[in-house]
Amino acid sequence: MPQSEKYLTKSKTVAARVLGDEVIIMSTADSTIFMLNPTGTVIWQAADGNTPLSRIIVEKLCEQFDVPVEQAATDAEDFVAEMAAHGVLVVSEEPISR
Amino acid sequence: MSLLAEMTQKATDQGIPLSAHLDITWRCNERCVHCYLDHNGEGEMTTGEIKDVISQLADTGTFFLSISGGEPLLRRDCFEILEYARELGFSVKLKTNAVMIGAAQAARLKNLGIEQVQISIYSHLPEVHDAITKLPGSLRRSLQAIRYLRAEGVKVSITNVLMKQNVTNAKAVRLLAKELDVEFVVDPTITPMFNGDRSILNLGISNQELDEIFHTEEFIGNVGEFCAPVSEVDEDVLEGYSCSAGHTLADISPSGDVYPCVQFPMPCGNLREKSFRDIWFAISLRCRFPVAPIPLHWLGQAGVHPNSCRVRCQPSV
Repeated sequence: MPQSEKYLTKSKTVAARVLGDEVIIMSTADSTIFMLNPTGTVIWQAADGNTPLSRIIVEKLCEQFDVPVEQAATDAEDFVAEMAAHGVLVVSEEPISR
Repeated sequence: MSLLAEMTQKATDQGIPLSAHLDITWRCNERCVHCYLDHNGEGEMTTGEIKDVISQLADTGTFFLSISGGEPLLRRDCFEILEYARELGFSVKLKTNAVMIGAAQAARLKNLGIEQVQISIYSHLPEVHDAITKLPGSLRRSLQAIRYLRAEGVKVSITNVLMKQNVTNAKAVRLLAKELDVEFVVDPTITPMFNGDRSILNLGISNQELDEIFHTEEFIGNVGEFCAPVSEVDEDVLEGYSCSAGHTLADISPSGDVYPCVQFPMPCGNLREKSFRDIWFAISLRCRFPVAPIPLHWLGQAGVHPNSCRVRCQPSV
């Protein structure tokens, strides 16, 4: 069975700022601070609610970091799952309008 | 190194003020006896100008933004400003006396994702608190606001500024904070007025009282850590920055003047004339070395404690 698409958007409940090639994120719910590495930063910046994760992986991660699709996909899925668990990213199977 | 320390260091290395304190008005509905501001509303930036400043701060890389005053909620556009700052991704704190916060305002602050609301409470006794704010009923209204905010789940911090007239109430205020489930901070700093009047320093607590406060765990946490002797001055210390002034924290007045620090009222440029980036770059260069002469009366209670502001930028007077 084909895997469904994932669409990501930034949660409205976080504060975030790009600092060089990293992103600082703070959850307003519990004040937890996250600092994303360059890979996470690319995913964060591309999380517009309309671009599917599969496209972010191919067009952004593989392109910018010169990694095979399989490896990029595994890393990206783990990252997205972790950020979604912390309420930093909102994930849906449909495009997300804000 | 904690993540916060790590990001502060990275920002400092890049010349970015990670935090900014933006006074959107100096008008106030209280007249606190120790306040260092005049309450003249002349020359305040418009909504558009303030939004432009906030955009410039975001472009520079500032992440933590305190919206303060005066009483910021006296501006009809206060919520518009807060909303704009949140849209641009800031972690926003609101410093207010909270007397204008009712249930509806508390809900709006919750929906905006404000990180924390900081409220000054001087005493658990209305006769003491209200005598300091000179606004009858202010303690009752501020405490009611805290209850509304907590009911919405908004984080609140009580700042207890200590003076001769309320120092004996500090423990009771701390208990009140615990009861309200809010953070509690003691602040023994009385700052000279911006116009140079130092008479309000007489309101400050005695050195003996200060010593007692700074050795009481319930006020400052770990006494051993807090009162640890200052480390030896070595090459690293001399090569480093004296404090956050001009490096990690920018202070902006309602009329757009930019200062190196909230405690350092030396206007270094105005945002109606220059960009924030240009002003900040000039400040950070200036604060890298002993700064130009500043009047002695601008300095607060410098040197009250090794862990407090030491204002190493020595004045030449």
